[in-house]
Amino acid sequence: MNIKLTASALAIAAVATSAAARDNVQVAGSSTVLPYASIVAEAFGENFDFPTPVVESGGSSAGLKRFCQGVGEEHTDVANASRAIREKEIKACAENGVTDIIEVRIGYDGIVFASQFDGPSYTAFTQSDIFNALAPKVMVDGQLVDNPYTKWSDFNADLPAEEILAFIPGTKHGTREVFEEKVIAAGCEATGAMEAMIASGMSEDDAEDACLEVRSDGRSVDIDGDYTETLASIDANANAIGVFGLAFYENNTDKLKVATMAGVEPTTESIAAGDYPVSRPLYFYIKKAHIGVIPGLKEYAEFFVADEIAGPDGPLAEYGLVSDPELEKVQAIVGDEVTMGEGM
Amino acid sequence: MTDASINPAVPKRHGSLMSADARTAKRNAAEKRFQMYGMAAIGAGLFFLVVLIGAILSSGIGAFQQTFITVPVYLDEAKLDKKGNRDPAEMAKVSTFGYNPLIQKAVLAAVEEAGIETPLKKSKNMKALLSASAAAQVRDVVLANPDMVGQTVEFRMLASSRVDGYLKGRVQREDVARDKNIDAEHLDLTDALREAGIVSKGFNAGFIFGADASESRPEQAGLGVSMLGSFFMMIVVLVLSLPIGVAASIYLEEFAPQNRWTDLIEVNIANLAAVPSIVFGILGLAVFIQFAHLPQSAPLVGGLVLTLMTLPTIIISTRASLKAVPPSIRDAALGIGASKMQATFHHVLPLAMPGILTGTIIGLAQALGETAPLLLIGMVGYIATNVPDGIAAGFLSPNSAMPAQIYEWAKRADPAYYERAWGGIIILLVFLLTMNLIAIILRRRFERRW
Repeated sequence: MNIKLTASALAIAAVATSAAARDNVQVAGSSTVLPYASIVAEAFGENFDFPTPVVESGGSSAGLKRFCQGVGEEHTDVANASRAIREKEIKACAENGVTDIIEVRIGYDGIVFASQFDGPSYTAFTQSDIFNALAPKVMVDGQLVDNPYTKWSDFNADLPAEEILAFIPGTKHGTREVFEEKVIAAGCEATGAMEAMIASGMSEDDAEDACLEVRSDGRSVDIDGDYTETLASIDANANAIGVFGLAFYENNTDKLKVATMAGVEPTTESIAAGDYPVSRPLYFYIKKAHIGVIPGLKEYAEFFVADEIAGPDGPLAEYGLVSDPELEKVQAIVGDEVTMGEGM
Repeated sequence: MTDASINPAVPKRHGSLMSADARTAKRNAAEKRFQMYGMAAIGAGLFFLVVLIGAILSSGIGAFQQTFITVPVYLDEAKLDKKGNRDPAEMAKVSTFGYNPLIQKAVLAAVEEAGIETPLKKSKNMKALLSASAAAQVRDVVLANPDMVGQTVEFRMLASSRVDGYLKGRVQREDVARDKNIDAEHLDLTDALREAGIVSKGFNAGFIFGADASESRPEQAGLGVSMLGSFFMMIVVLVLSLPIGVAASIYLEEFAPQNRWTDLIEVNIANLAAVPSIVFGILGLAVFIQFAHLPQSAPLVGGLVLTLMTLPTIIISTRASLKAVPPSIRDAALGIGASKMQATFHHVLPLAMPGILTGTIIGLAQALGETAPLLLIGMVGYIATNVPDGIAAGFLSPNSAMPAQIYEWAKRADPAYYERAWGGIIILLVFLLTMNLIAIILRRRFERRW
């Protein structure tokens, strides 16, 4: 211990004085936004005189947590998120002095259900199917009971008679929230489970929370890593389905086949049109206090939402982002540095 | 025979010495069996090694080859330098997006010139063949040599990762129907272009010396910048852990009194060597970044964290090699009037040096392959993009490290990155083997036995 402390003390003394001013933009957050952010950062480094921004991943929550740790060079400038910032996080930010936050919506991303290409024919799901497969309590003959289903065909004869196994994003991912909201909660309502819960004496809020739970008997597996981990799990389990981002699926069409949701196939077009039900906006958040202090921060943000990058023909759309139909508004927000709560 | 007659209680030996009795045969058989187990264990170990190396080589060797497209590009003055004054500052306003059409046109012209029949007749169709890096490459050359504008210059550009994957067998024809990035017509065109010599495979220096690339262009990604990151980290580790570790060991071994305190320190050092490396990462985040406000993602911080991890290894091996020096050497030196310090520094330390160096190199090799602590101090991600411009920047500007870069590649969506990850492992293994080899050579050449 003595030795370790000596080492630390020496090291700190040696360099604390020379910690140089940072001249590159630092970004952290959602691993769903990372590919887009890295594409932008690369093009930014090529076309501007600023150094290429640094983009780290780790999940929306982790990114926002670091973002909210304070103002100053040692803190990140931008947080990528695959969901909107929460009230709680805004409060945490404010406590650490991070008050002026600019919210930038870069476009939309679809969440798809895919399985092994040569596996069973999971080709069409509805939200109710996923809820029936993964909820701890489901409706059977008008009664709310512990989930008795072990095979997909147990509740929907159109689905293959295969053991239920699903790899879903872990709770630190922003994707999980969308999955819960747009799929599980929707299925909970559609199957009547929510009504039954309220009828059994639960308050509406409690019922909503109870709806979002997933069964814990090993048929639903949380994946805390990235989509590559889900892909590896799918590779090893022919009967499993997994939750992916649309862009990831489009890069791995040789290994995965995608299922429709409520009859709509996930494509950039169906998501842009709003037909595909499981999609979510992607964001990044900028610390206004860092604009003008960290060189290139504003330019990076403007470049990110420029037509040639985030527009329908830009490299982001090519990679799988569904570009925002209201991109002009977003550009105005970035241009005028409108913080949250000011213009919205 | 006389024994038997003196002591009848001892059973008489049966048979001759030439043929073993049942118990001897059993013992011999047991020994044979044990030898077989040993050989089987070694065989299994070798088998796994061969499988591992085979898997690494077969998956990763492709990364050392890359597909290039070589075409003459007409650098149109009307597009690149509208004012015609060849001022690089003016010309920099044309972004890479302005260069793309020129390059696509050039490829189409080459296709037509080679007389290749293809349904792809628009210059926009050529986009799927080319890496997105081509525009940046041409733009850099043009901005560096403004006089080139208006001329036709030959460029050797990277092909897209799908074309590259097709030539390497990673992209299969039956799969491309579902792939929106490329289609069968483009593959036909690739085959034709390859015959015409426009598309060719070559050694991929960019993989070894280049910087990381974004998700959309794996063909451009290289390990070079993160290698520099690892290099600067290792310098920090060496400069800090060798003197501190050696000083601590010499004091503990030669000078310190044997009491409870030194016992406690010894136990702690042994325990520290067994602490999982991620713990040092958390410590580094708390102490170096959040408390000392050192920059995030900097090799300096990475080096400090790895120093903490390497110190116990170095201390333990240094103490072992100091112990191995026979006491007679110390006694002789002390006996002719040397002070304790003179005896240590003039006689014991030089004799222990080979062992110390070996321990240090092995500690460094361990640190070189470490990823876990780097996760926490922000060295994993899209980071290794800028070649550091100077020594100070090498320590302080954000960078990744080799194993962290490999981990990052393995996470990415495009299957082309998977190949890069394996390729990176090959390079990392070469470094580790070289370091271990140096350690062995040092030990063999300089170690003295008594």
